[in-house]
Amino acid sequence: MSEALNELASYLREARGALIADSVIKYGELTLTAKAENLIALLTFLRDDVQCGFVNLIDVCGVDYPQRPDRFDVVYHLLSPRQNIRVRVKVLTAEDEPVPSATAVFPGADWFEREAYDMYGILFTGHPDLRRILTDYGFEGYPLRKDFPLTGFVQVRYDDEVKRVVYEPVELRQEFRNFDFLSPWEGTEYVLPGDEKAKAR
Amino acid sequence: MTEHNVRNFNINFGPQHPAAHGVLRLVLELDGEIVERVDPHIGLLHRGTEKLIEAKTYLQAVPYFDRLDYVAPMNQEHAFALAIERLTGTEVPIRGQLIRVLYSEIGRILSHLLNVTTQAMDVGALTPPLWGFEEREKLMVFYERASGARMHSAYFRPGGVHQDLPHQLVEDIGNWIEPFLKTVDDIDELLTGNRIFKQRNVDIGVVKLEDAWAWGFSGVMVRGSGAAWDLRRAQPYECYSDLEFDIPIGKNGDCYDRYLIRMIEMRQSARIMRQCVDRLLGDAKVGPISSLDGKIVPPKRGEMKRSMEALIHHFKLYTEGYHVPAGEVYAAVEAPKGEFGVYLVSDGTNKPYRCKIRAPGYAHLQAMDFLCRGHQLADVSAVLGSLDIVFGEVDR
Repeated sequence: MSEALNELASYLREARGALIADSVIKYGELTLTAKAENLIALLTFLRDDVQCGFVNLIDVCGVDYPQRPDRFDVVYHLLSPRQNIRVRVKVLTAEDEPVPSATAVFPGADWFEREAYDMYGILFTGHPDLRRILTDYGFEGYPLRKDFPLTGFVQVRYDDEVKRVVYEPVELRQEFRNFDFLSPWEGTEYVLPGDEKAKAR
Repeated sequence: MTEHNVRNFNINFGPQHPAAHGVLRLVLELDGEIVERVDPHIGLLHRGTEKLIEAKTYLQAVPYFDRLDYVAPMNQEHAFALAIERLTGTEVPIRGQLIRVLYSEIGRILSHLLNVTTQAMDVGALTPPLWGFEEREKLMVFYERASGARMHSAYFRPGGVHQDLPHQLVEDIGNWIEPFLKTVDDIDELLTGNRIFKQRNVDIGVVKLEDAWAWGFSGVMVRGSGAAWDLRRAQPYECYSDLEFDIPIGKNGDCYDRYLIRMIEMRQSARIMRQCVDRLLGDAKVGPISSLDGKIVPPKRGEMKRSMEALIHHFKLYTEGYHVPAGEVYAAVEAPKGEFGVYLVSDGTNKPYRCKIRAPGYAHLQAMDFLCRGHQLADVSAVLGSLDIVFGEVDR
C-alpha cells in the first residue's frame, strides 16, 4: 500500500509540483497540502489524469484550529477505484477567506461544502447554493467551531399559551462538566489549586 | 381559445410521511405530475454528534455511533474502532475479528431486510415487511444476547469487542441461517417477479457509473451501476480477505438492480456468517476477543478482584481513558448503505480533536434532485426507497 502511495506522491510532485505545497505519508495515508488558488486545478488533475483517476469524492470537511491565523483546514478525501488508492487534500483558510468550490469538478461536493459552511462558516466561492443545511431554520453561529459552547445558546420548547415552539436562552440545572485529566505529575500549564504560593516564590 | 395560465406546483413531501423513511422534508416543484426540481431539507434529526464526540473520551464516544444508522448499529462502531486502532497500532486477535465480522454481517442483513421490505411497502406491498421484520427481531435478539442491548449495543470497542460470545449463542446463530435463507427465498418469490413491483422499479432512477462516482456514491449504489467495488474485497479490513463471498453487481443502475443486489448480498452475508460460525466453533473456539494491550482494553472483572494493577487500569481507563497519539486517519468500512468513514484527528489527548463522520446516505440523498428530475411524483418514493436512507446517519 505505502509503495503505491510513495509512487503516487513522487509522480504528483513531478507532474504538478507547482500545485502542491506539501505531501506527507503517515499512517499509510497520503496527505497533500495545497494553496486555495491551486485547489481546483489540483482536484481536476487528480480526477482526470490516467495515472490518478480519483473520480470519487468521498468527503469534504472542515477542522478548526482557533490559535492559527489561518484557522480552518478544509479536508478533501478522494478515492480512486481504479488504482484502489485514497488521497487527502488539505487547504488552509482563514475565517474571512473563501475557498473555491469543488462543485464544478465533483457535483457531489455540493452538500459537503454546505455542511462545512454551516458548521464552521467556511465560505466557498462559486457554490451554486450555499445555504445552511443541518442546523435549524434561522440558526445563528457556527456550532462546530471550538469557541462555540457544547450546550449552545438557545433551547426550544412548545409553548401552550402562544401555541407554537418558542426559543429561549439555554438554562442548565447543572453546568456541563469538563473534567481535567491532565496528570499533575507531568506538569500542568496552569497553577494547580492550592499551589499558588509555590509558583509565586 | 383562451390562454391558460400554467404554473408549476410546489408540494411539501414530509417531514411526516411514511415513505420519507424518517424526517425528510422534500420540497418538490411539479409540472403536472413530472418532477422539475427536488430540494431536500434535512437536519431535522441533527443532534450534533460530531460536537458531542469532541467533548467525550474515545470510549465514551462509541455509543454515539449506534445512534447514527440505527438499523445496523455495529457497522458504525466498527469504523470508529478501526480508526482508533490504526492510530494506536492495536491488533485485534482472530476470535475478536471473527465476532466483529459475524456481527457486521448481521448488521448488513438487518439493514437490507429493512430496506428491501420497506421499499416494497413504498410501492404498495404490505406483506414483505411483516416477513422481514420477523427475521429482524431474531437478529436483534442475537444483538441483545451479545451486548445486552437490542440496538444501542456499544459492543465493538477499540481493541476488539466488549464481551465474549457464549458457545450456545454462536450455535443458535448457526441454526438461524438455514431458515433465514428460506425466508429470503419467500420474499424473493413474492417480489422479484411481481408485475407491479417491476413496473414501479425497473428503469427508475437510473444512474450511470461515472455519475455515481462523481456524486460520491458508494456501496450498493455503485455496484448497481456496474462497478465491482466492495471495500471488504478492495481494501480488506479484519479477516475479510480469508472469507469467501461474492460481490453482486448490476447492469442497468436502476432501482430494480439495486433491489436485486441487496437480495443477493443478504445471501452472501449468510454465507460469511456460516464461515464465521464454523470458525468460532472450530479453530477459534477459545482465545482472546480483544487486544491484550492493557493500556487500551480495560481488564476483565475477574482480574480486577486479584490484581491491584488491573484495578488501577480499570479506573484510569474508564475515567481518563487512553491517550491516542497525535495524527489523523481516515478509516472506512463497507456499511450496508455504502462506505461509512470516520476521519479522526487526534491531538494526543484523551479526547478526539475532530471526528468527521462520513455517512453514505448523506452523499446519496444529495443526488435526489439529479435522480428524480423528469420522473413522476410517484417515482420519488421508489427512488428514495432504493437509496436506502436512514436519517440517523444523514443528519448526525
